Amino acid sequence: MRLTCPVCGDRDHREFTYKGDAVMLDRPAPDAGTDAWDSYLHLRDNPCGDTRDLWYHDPCGAWVVVERNTVTHAVTGTALASEAKR
Amino acid sequence: MRLTGKGLLDQSRSVPFSFDGVAMSGVEGDTLASALLANGVRVVARSFKYHRPRGILAAGSEEPNALVTIGRGAETDPNVRATVQELYAGLDAASQNRFPSLKFDLLAVNDLAAPFLAAGFYYKTFMWPRSFWEKLYEPFIRRAAGLGALSEQHNPDRYEKAFAFCDVLVIGAGPSGLMAALTAAQAGLDVILADEDSRMGGRLLSETHEIDGKPGHVWVDEMLDTLRGMDNVRLMTRTTVTGAYDQGTYGALERVSHHRARTEGLPRECFWRIVAKRSILCAGALERPVAFPNNDRPGIMTANAVRSYLNRYGVATGQAVSIFANNDDAHRTAHDLAAAGVNIAAVIDSRADAQVSGDFPVYTGAQVIGSSGRMGLESITVRHAGGTRKIRTDCLAMSGGWNPTVHMTCHMNGRPTWREDILSFVPTPGSVPGMSVAGAANGSFSTAACLAEGAAVAAAVASDLGKKAAPAATPKAEDGAYRLAPLWMVEGKGRKWLDFQNDVHVKDIDLAARENFRSVEHMKRYTTQGMAPDQGKNSNVAALAILADATGRGIPETGTTTFRPPYVPVSIASMGAGSQGKGFAPQRLTTSHHAAVKRGAPMIEAGLWYRPSYFPRDGEKTWRESCDREVGYVRNAVGIVDASTLGKIDIQGPDAAAFLDFVYSNTFSTLKVGRARYGLMLREDGYVMDDGTTARLGENHYVMTTTTAAAGEVMRHLDWVLQGLRPDFDVQIVSVTEQWAQFAVAGPKSRELLNGLLDTPIDGESFPFMACGEVSIGGIGGRLFRISFSGEHAYEIAIPARYGESLYTLLVARAEELGGGPYGMEALNVLRIEKGFITHSEIHGRTTAFDIGMERMVSAKKDCVGKTMSERPGLKDPQREQLVGLRPVGAVKQLTAGAHLFAEKAEPVRVNDEGYITSVGYSPTLETYLGLGFLKNGRARHGERIKMVDHLRGVTAICEVCDPVAFDPEGGRVRG
Repeated sequence: MRLTCPVCGDRDHREFTYKGDAVMLDRPAPDAGTDAWDSYLHLRDNPCGDTRDLWYHDPCGAWVVVERNTVTHAVTGTALASEAKR
Repeated sequence: MRLTGKGLLDQSRSVPFSFDGVAMSGVEGDTLASALLANGVRVVARSFKYHRPRGILAAGSEEPNALVTIGRGAETDPNVRATVQELYAGLDAASQNRFPSLKFDLLAVNDLAAPFLAAGFYYKTFMWPRSFWEKLYEPFIRRAAGLGALSEQHNPDRYEKAFAFCDVLVIGAGPSGLMAALTAAQAGLDVILADEDSRMGGRLLSETHEIDGKPGHVWVDEMLDTLRGMDNVRLMTRTTVTGAYDQGTYGALERVSHHRARTEGLPRECFWRIVAKRSILCAGALERPVAFPNNDRPGIMTANAVRSYLNRYGVATGQAVSIFANNDDAHRTAHDLAAAGVNIAAVIDSRADAQVSGDFPVYTGAQVIGSSGRMGLESITVRHAGGTRKIRTDCLAMSGGWNPTVHMTCHMNGRPTWREDILSFVPTPGSVPGMSVAGAANGSFSTAACLAEGAAVAAAVASDLGKKAAPAATPKAEDGAYRLAPLWMVEGKGRKWLDFQNDVHVKDIDLAARENFRSVEHMKRYTTQGMAPDQGKNSNVAALAILADATGRGIPETGTTTFRPPYVPVSIASMGAGSQGKGFAPQRLTTSHHAAVKRGAPMIEAGLWYRPSYFPRDGEKTWRESCDREVGYVRNAVGIVDASTLGKIDIQGPDAAAFLDFVYSNTFSTLKVGRARYGLMLREDGYVMDDGTTARLGENHYVMTTTTAAAGEVMRHLDWVLQGLRPDFDVQIVSVTEQWAQFAVAGPKSRELLNGLLDTPIDGESFPFMACGEVSIGGIGGRLFRISFSGEHAYEIAIPARYGESLYTLLVARAEELGGGPYGMEALNVLRIEKGFITHSEIHGRTTAFDIGMERMVSAKKDCVGKTMSERPGLKDPQREQLVGLRPVGAVKQLTAGAHLFAEKAEPVRVNDEGYITSVGYSPTLETYLGLGFLKNGRARHGERIKMVDHLRGVTAICEVCDPVAFDPEGGRVRG
């Protein structure tokens, strides 16, 4: 598997550490309530198809949002988490 | 038998080798298989399950029978295919799966018991009693049905792994592959051409076809000369592409030195990961045998293999060869053999309308219905229009048609498509993104079609990649039509073998169908058809044709099993190349490493780091004696320890303070410049992640320390918070762990020691507890932190790593002058246990700030990572296990880490469990064992007696529950 780090370019997946679904970018407010926090921390979709997840490119320290397809394994896009967040 | 003057090898260059201890001789360029055949060896192995004598079936990597062991002792390579193993002087090969010998194998009794050993026999029979499976049945079955054995010794060989990148990977260097590589290279693309053979050319080396009026192998050599002359082409021989993976990654196994005697420094194999924008599969086709009764006798081979041995290796596989086929292609075998002067016993074609002409007996509309010869073929029985006839023959070349080598196209879930006209599966276009297929692998079988298709496909690939490309000019070549009629099996008495490697025959498939394993996947698993290391390369299609027949369906409706990587067996050693012994993980060494080793300190691993355990002195018999002495240094004089392994993260920027407030549970924005503070870091789920001290060196400049173990995790976490959660912060962070060497100088004489070294001395006023600042040692700039992990008056001094070794040496020498010296991890651990300081033994991922008694460190005034979730009621339940200290107060004075805690009178079983011990050490200061642990509602239970039980080591001790801080609870010494 290959992923494109927006900083370094096309790299082997061994250079990356996986975190999980990109919903982790949307941290609830401290007072958002139990359900929002429970959902943020514990509940994940298990999509058959397109998904967005977070990968850390260890050599350069960039957090990358990867758009990929869980069925075809096609990677359709990558972006820096800091930019995806804005 | 070697035919003088035949084949492509130089027969004057003889190569001595041995098989089962018998000295033999082959010629340069031989495979072990061709050399064995040249020496008249027929039986080379016993079969997997029934121990039937088996000979060489094929001439390529698909060989199911001829698995041998090469070498002896630690240099043993089991399960090597004789058809792939190249001959070299001194090659020492031995047959497998026989006892005591190939000729007489005791377990051949299995063959007589065959009626009872049908598919599913083991499952049905060895069911009761259950406990017998592991002790009796499985070991016996494994012994009886085996392949080669491992040496069970350490493997001294070297293996390598490597990466390669190209525009186009061409898999297979036959006619299609060569044309594809040339076309792509001429278009200016970077090309890798990989072929598993030692010599490129594919079938062109084994056939007598001419290309452009030249012998095939001459044309191949010319093509290879052209390709070698191009800078953008890389030729990889002995390299089997084993798998297709995501985003154009391919695995490939290069057999670097299996073809020669072991040479110092040369790896045996190299596992490649090749990344290609596009690939062209030109892997050719594999011939399938015919399932006629007793079709497994040594001497019965595929027709193409007989031609390979004749035309390439100059070996006649028999003295009276017969041919049995359902297609025209196999007739070439007869013509080539006849031209070489080999006697043809008969040509049997199952088709009534077959056109065969030659100076040999021909039977059309006929079938081979049996064979005889226990240790090698002696005769076959042929049924033809005029009746049956026994024909004496010592080699039968059989062909049931050809299967395109579709394997690689299945590796990413692709399923091949049935083509009725060639009675085979062909690759479904688009099965592997970026992979195109050309030539015989695509079902195009004539040489001319292969040449043209290779060029055309490569031209299309080049234009996809934005290059102007024209197919390389196609030379003139054989363009015969491929005609065949279905012939999957022949009725008759005796077993009709399909999967030679797993000993599966036609009746097994019928049985599977009868027992309702009608799905092809179920049939496969029930019979084990295609589940041997060769993955049923020459048997799967016939097996499912027979299943289709047995279940009254057509082949397309029956479907097909697919193939997984690897295409050929790949040794674990090559995939894990470099990871043996010390190569398993990188080693991180501190600047004081060599000084510590020189003092005889045993090193212990801390993550990837190596740290000294203790520093033994003459006369000390146990590590405890050394440890006790080193603890004394710190409590009474001064001790030195290398703390460089702690993670160090430099944090700068206008929002540095706000950032730290967000990642630490406590507050850092209020920290004064020139001061350090202990910080606690939570995970977002509210549990403790890490701890450490962070110093404020300037208004917008902090340096954080992490624990050794969590340095990487914390760095990743800080990057996450900064990029994923708070990209609005204007902060830069960088790991400086490797850049600074840092040493703890701990003990009542620590300031005295430092003042002997610092260019400007310090005192209690300029450098109080938790102060930090820049210092100078012999003109070298460093940093000083007055922090303590021992509870003593202590400092940590940091210096650029290049001065680390000399500073450490200096510190240790000065410490020794003051009655102290270096201390190791054991003493460091005792010192911190005496003070109740935590490590990852305590913050092990399941404990909260509340559990370790640091609830108040989660600031109420601000948000931080983990704060919201740390407030969950369940995480503050008093009944949670809380950090306590423990001391033995009963007859047993020992504590053990990992032991569990129970009420004194309670039975020590799981339901009564009240907690566990995380750390223990013997305190020479207090002359007792001390423990840290977690106990239900522990903070309210100080003074209570409790029972520690270590079920694993068989230790029970009565302890008193205490405050975690056992030594100097007022903390006066640290401020001293």
